[in-house]
Amino acid sequence: MKFALDSGNTAWMLTASALVLLMTPGLAFFYGGMVRGKSVLNMMMMSFSAMGVVGLVWVLWGYSGAFGPDVGGGVLGNPGKFFGLNGMTDAQSLMAAAGVPALVGVAFQATFAIITVALISGAIADRTKFSTWLIFTGIWVTLVYMPVAHWVWSGVGLLGPTGITKSLSTPIDFAGGTVVHINAGIAGLALALVIGRRKGFARDPMRPHNLPFVMLGAALLWFGWFGFNAGSEFAADGVAGRAWLNTMVATCVAMLTWLLTEKLRDGKATSLGAASGVVAGLVAITPAAAAVDTFGAIALGAAAGVLCALAIGLKYKYGYDDSLDVVGVHVVGGLTGTLLIGLFATNKNSAFLPTGAHAGLFYGGGFTQLGTQTIAALVVLVYSFVMTLLIGAILKATIGFRVGEEDEVSGIDLATHGETAYEALGARMTTAEVKA
Amino acid sequence: MTKLVTGVIQPHRLDDVKSALEAAGVRGMTVSEASGYGRQRGHTEVYRGAEYTVDLVPKVRIEILVADEDAVTVTQVLIKAAQTGKIGDGKVWVVPVEDVARVRTGEHGPEAL
Repeated sequence: MKFALDSGNTAWMLTASALVLLMTPGLAFFYGGMVRGKSVLNMMMMSFSAMGVVGLVWVLWGYSGAFGPDVGGGVLGNPGKFFGLNGMTDAQSLMAAAGVPALVGVAFQATFAIITVALISGAIADRTKFSTWLIFTGIWVTLVYMPVAHWVWSGVGLLGPTGITKSLSTPIDFAGGTVVHINAGIAGLALALVIGRRKGFARDPMRPHNLPFVMLGAALLWFGWFGFNAGSEFAADGVAGRAWLNTMVATCVAMLTWLLTEKLRDGKATSLGAASGVVAGLVAITPAAAAVDTFGAIALGAAAGVLCALAIGLKYKYGYDDSLDVVGVHVVGGLTGTLLIGLFATNKNSAFLPTGAHAGLFYGGGFTQLGTQTIAALVVLVYSFVMTLLIGAILKATIGFRVGEEDEVSGIDLATHGETAYEALGARMTTAEVKA
Repeated sequence: MTKLVTGVIQPHRLDDVKSALEAAGVRGMTVSEASGYGRQRGHTEVYRGAEYTVDLVPKVRIEILVADEDAVTVTQVLIKAAQTGKIGDGKVWVVPVEDVARVRTGEHGPEAL
């Protein structure tokens, strides 16, 4: 295929890539504000360090393994083909049809891999050994993210148009309901089970230490998410506009329904609820961003706000310490969006259905797409959960995955990083000695 | 002789208490932020559905050194200005002070007030 550069689309994709990259520091604030003051630095470092490791892995073998030529059966790309990104031509670009060069496609996809890995860290706050986390991020992006991204987005993978649901229809995951949110969320559950609960879980107070950080994080995530969802069109066009608008309205509605759920259940509408509702709405609309119309987006957002607000209580009921509700928000929100596509998918009003996908039940397409969406979600749930349990268990048995009890209680920031975030936590110096 | 009047009051009453005391002729006071509880107990906060009971609630502690004969008046003024009639209004107590000195001049006793 001959490549014809489209500078408008390319400019948008460069911008969208930077927007998505900003989500990970945004996530650091979102998560950092929710932990106790003694572990905020470590929490933020887990997001920042995911950028470090995954950004490096991605340009070496990650992109190639996800989007390189299929090694057979739609299971994986060839990780060696574009190793170090050498030898790629623009005709091989993931976004060649939109006239966007190969390296811009690599950049955009890198930011997705980074945020997916960073999302997991919310499930294992306050207690994770930092060096093991670094190793885990490199292994996980290679063994879990890389294949799943290949299945869903390479065009020739197991969950693509020619994959296991071929006899039904093509699964719809516009921007990452399965690849990013269900994947990261269920991996978070697996790691939370491997690493175990925080000392004092469900007994000691562990209230968020800085709610303005949480709201700042939600704001940065929402801003970056316009690149995530509207950028997933790979072009600056009307479908991108549909994705942008749905990303706004579903999120608005999810914030309102989360607040309403809280008001009815707990008596007050909280700022933490608003920030959480924003993220729940963003997660749910992600797979559906271009595949539903305005009313579909409103319905998805409304459902996500209520369901996620109810789901965050499950960890106390079942006793797993998913510290910052990665399961409640990302698994439940991701499933909400992924499955409701089966009801609301349409190609009317600037929405878009990939080749081979059906309209949803409410839009005259019958039950087919709902079945396809369910299969895609289940495959990712099972693969990610099992693989993450295995990786986690091996790391735990060999190098350990958790800090010592004393360090956890006194604060992982000081023990692991030799720093404290705030003066009151011990950073006040009585004698200053500066080593030059 | 001198007395120390100490009041622990609701923070939102501080401005009124301060004005009332100034109007009654009090020329100095020490105000500090405090936390504690009495019969009011604490309150509950809910974060993502998890309920926390906060035992200690914010209060303001106000301390005034007065001459013996003014202690009753100052106490009454303070109570009147701080009172809302609701649980949590606070406490006022008066204790004798053995000696007071003004740091700037070294004066002792009533002259130092």
